[in-house]
Amino acid sequence: MIKTIDLTKTFGEHTVLREITTTIDQGEVVAIIGPSGSGKSTLLRCLNLLENPSQGYIWIKNREITSPKVKKVEIRKDIGMVFQHFHLFPHMTVLENVMYAPIKVKNMKKELAVKIAKGLLAKVGLKDKIDAYPNRLSGGQKQRVAIARALAMEPEIMLFDEPTSALDPEMVKEVLDVMKDLTQTGMTMVVVTHEMNFAREVADRIIFMDEGKIMEEGNPKEFFTNPKTKRAEDFLSKVL
Amino acid sequence: MNLDFSQIVPSIPFILEGIGATLKFVSVSIMFGLVLGTILALFKISNKKWIKLPADIYTSIFRGTPLILQLMIIHYAIPQLFEYDIPVFLSAVLAFGLNSAAYVSEIIRAGIMAVDKGQIEAAEALGVGYKPMMMNIILPQATKNILPALMNEFITLTKESALVSTIGYMDLMRRAEIVGAQLYRNFEPLLFAGIIYWVMIFILTNIGNWLERRMRKSD
Repeated sequence: MIKTIDLTKTFGEHTVLREITTTIDQGEVVAIIGPSGSGKSTLLRCLNLLENPSQGYIWIKNREITSPKVKKVEIRKDIGMVFQHFHLFPHMTVLENVMYAPIKVKNMKKELAVKIAKGLLAKVGLKDKIDAYPNRLSGGQKQRVAIARALAMEPEIMLFDEPTSALDPEMVKEVLDVMKDLTQTGMTMVVVTHEMNFAREVADRIIFMDEGKIMEEGNPKEFFTNPKTKRAEDFLSKVL
Repeated sequence: MNLDFSQIVPSIPFILEGIGATLKFVSVSIMFGLVLGTILALFKISNKKWIKLPADIYTSIFRGTPLILQLMIIHYAIPQLFEYDIPVFLSAVLAFGLNSAAYVSEIIRAGIMAVDKGQIEAAEALGVGYKPMMMNIILPQATKNILPALMNEFITLTKESALVSTIGYMDLMRRAEIVGAQLYRNFEPLLFAGIIYWVMIFILTNIGNWLERRMRKSD
C-alpha cells in the first residue's frame, strides 16, 4: 500500500529524515512513536506530500508519488489527514466542513454529500452539532469533526498527526474511540502519537523513530515488553 | 459676520448633482481597485519571483508618488504621447482605481498571510485545488480580517475623490467651487459640500460596521 525507499528530508542544513525505508500494508494500523524532533510528523507529512521529500521514493498503491509527473491533488484525494490542531474551516458549519471537499473535489451532488456527511457525523457522535460553527465545539468534538471531514473523501489511507496532543485529558478518549472504530473497518492507518496505551492496544505495528531514523519496528507486544534497542528502552522508561 | 446661506439655495440642486457624479466614479474606482488589488495580492504571495516582483514594483510606484501627480499624468501627459483626448471620467477612474489597487493589494496580502497556515494544509490534504482553496477557504477568512482596513481605504478614496475637480470632473467639490466663484461667496457652498461628504462617509462607515457584524456570526 505504502512503500518508502531511502526517504530523506532536509530543511536547509538540518536533516530531519534519514533514508527511511519501510512498507505499510493495506489495512495495517501503524503507530509511529518517538521523542519530539525525531522526524515522526515529517515522515507522515511526506506521505501526502505536504512536505516534499528531498531524496528517495514513495510508492502508494503501486504509483510513485515522488515522481515529478504526479499531480499532488490526485494523490491527496485518496489520503485523509487529521492534524494536531484540527484546522477546521472556521467560517463553515460542521456539516459544511464535512461536505465541502466531496462537493468541490469529487464533484459530488450536494444531496448525496449531505447524506454522507450526516452519516459520518452521526458515526462520530456529533449528529446534534451539524449546524454549529467550529468555535462552539470542544477540542474533542472538533477533532471528531476533522476525522469525519477526512473520511468524507472516502480515502484508502488515513494519516493522523498527533491527533490527541492538543486535547484536554478528558477528551482524549472520545477521539481515540472513534479511531479505534475506524481500525475495525480495515482502513490503512498511520498514526503519529504519544498515546502509548493506544499504540499498544490498537496498532498492528510500532515504528520507533529517533534522530530522523527508524530505530526499531515490530509488533507492539514485543516492542513494549522487550525493546531491542537501547534508545527505545530509554524512551519507554520515560513515557511509560 | 458675513454669512448668508439663502444665497446658495438656488444652487443647491446644481451642487447635489455632484453627489451622483462623485458616487459614480468612486464606486467604479473601488470595484476596479478591489479586483486589481486582489489579483496583485495573489501575485505577491506567489513564491515565484517573476510573478511577485512586478506586483511589488507596481505597488512601490503607485504608493510612492502623489495621487494628484498620477491623475495629471493620466489625464494630461499620456494623451500628449498618443494624441488621444481622454474623457475626464476615464482618467478619474483609472487614476483612482490603479492607485487604490496598490493599497488594497497590500491590505489583502496581509490578510491572506494572517490566515492560519493550517487552513491551507487542511485544504491541500483534502485534495482541494489552489483556486477553490483561495476562493472558498482563504479569501473568505482573510476578508473578515481585512474588512476594517478595507473600509478605511474606501473612505479615504471617497474623500480624496475631490481631487478630480482639478481635471475638471464635475463632482461635488468642483460644483461647490463653481458656485463659490459665481457668488463670490465660498464659505457657504464649501460648508455645504463638506456636510455632504461627511454624510456620505457616515453612511459608508455604517455599512462597513454592519458588514463586520454580519461576518462575525461564526465567532
